[in-house]
Amino acid sequence: MMDTPSILERAHREDYGRIVATLIRVLDGDFGAAEEVVQDAFAAALNQWPREGVPREPAGWLMRVARNKAVDLMRRSARLEARVGALEAAAPSVDGAEWQTFPDDSLRLLFTCCHPALSPEAQVALALRCLCGLTTEEIARAFLVSPATLAQRLVRAQRKIRTARIPYVIPEPEALAERTEGVLHTLYLVFSEGYAATDGPALLRVDLCEEALRLARLARSLLPGDAEVASLRALMLLHHSRRRARVAADGGLVLLDRQDRSLWDGAQRDEGLAELEAALAMGARGPYTVQAAIAALHAQAPRAEDTDWAQIAALYARLVVLTPGPVVALNHAAAVAMARGPEHGLSLVDDLEASGRLADYHLLPAARADLLRRLGRKDEAVSAYRRALATVRTAPERRFLEARLRELLAE
Amino acid sequence: MKYLLMIYENEKAAEALSEADVQRVMGEYGTFEQAIRQSGHFISGEELEPTAAATTVRIRDGKRLTTDGPFAETREQLGGFFLVEARDLDEAIGIASRIPSARSGSIEVRPVREFTMPQD
Repeated sequence: MMDTPSILERAHREDYGRIVATLIRVLDGDFGAAEEVVQDAFAAALNQWPREGVPREPAGWLMRVARNKAVDLMRRSARLEARVGALEAAAPSVDGAEWQTFPDDSLRLLFTCCHPALSPEAQVALALRCLCGLTTEEIARAFLVSPATLAQRLVRAQRKIRTARIPYVIPEPEALAERTEGVLHTLYLVFSEGYAATDGPALLRVDLCEEALRLARLARSLLPGDAEVASLRALMLLHHSRRRARVAADGGLVLLDRQDRSLWDGAQRDEGLAELEAALAMGARGPYTVQAAIAALHAQAPRAEDTDWAQIAALYARLVVLTPGPVVALNHAAAVAMARGPEHGLSLVDDLEASGRLADYHLLPAARADLLRRLGRKDEAVSAYRRALATVRTAPERRFLEARLRELLAE
Repeated sequence: MKYLLMIYENEKAAEALSEADVQRVMGEYGTFEQAIRQSGHFISGEELEPTAAATTVRIRDGKRLTTDGPFAETREQLGGFFLVEARDLDEAIGIASRIPSARSGSIEVRPVREFTMPQD
């Protein structure tokens, strides 16, 4: 039998977003008030459950208490009687387990949090706050901003939702595809920040990746017919399945070709592969699909030397067309180098460098250095590693580049 | 709820349009305005004279300062507006995206502040 705090912790993880989502609707889009009554309900549980026993349906109990507090709140502020009526009408569906079969509120909340009229940073913060129940402090820590900054970002976003009247609705069918794209981009941002932290001491922030996966699973269950949602979830699962092999015992980065593949999470990989299959069966051909397909080819190679680089290079060529950008172009060059030889990759990297678009990006000289090393052009490789070290930002990546440089100098 | 849809365009580019293009854009605006009148969204809307006709006024230390031109030099200038009634931001964005100039310039969608009487 679990104790109250751990049951509550689990309820917070699993049900917070859904309870808040429902309360926002019944409180007519008032995010702040909804969060307040839900937090009050959790506080009440912490107080009552040890004395009176844990209810059979913890989530249903929390929902009922939050709803009652919402009724009190509205009566106190003597707002529209009609709203109280609406709230009471919602009651039967929120009792016990039955309310869990009405996912529309979570979907509404997801689309509202990811509304394009909000800044991308605010979208990410709102989604983590409202759908995952992360505290302001937790989100601030994850994105390396002060809690005050993050709190202000949330307040501003909630104020804009209210004053510009961003609706708490699932978009109309004609706008759904465009809006879904925005939702996926937000989830992708959360995952990327966790997977390849842009700054700071740790390379991976597993917690952020896990929150992104939770949101992706939610989006997947809410939009089951959307091929891009399935693709994004596949992409996340396939990447995340490598998490244990990606960081060495000393916290350093381990590149794909040197990873201990026995550390990969087989169950998660299989789930990712199945999602990709489902996405392809639905006709997915977008950028997330292509990235997931690349990840799948890596995941399916028993050893690094078994990797199907020709197909990966072809997929990157496709990705360059779908989402043109210097970082994708650099990955394409690296794949071409593996498929056809370092000199072919190097000429693509040279073109990129000549374009000047990646002036501050440490991965460009790092990629150059690696190709030069493989071509036996040691002096040029050394100077490229030194240039990469001048712009690198995370500590593990710095250690990785330093180790490579030491190896090269020792040869 | 009321939204002001402010139409920003590059005046220089607009001035360089051929007579035929001007006629075409005018026709598109006519069709658009008629559509939002019929749907009940239209409250008002006007096209403005170019910023060359603009004058900026400020009072500082009780003294009136009048200067030529708009308050700020920007790449795009306010060229006109529609005031519309819309259910929410999504509906207002939907209307804004149908304004012909959305394809060449940009439309700023601003909610009009509502002053409500206290209910108590």
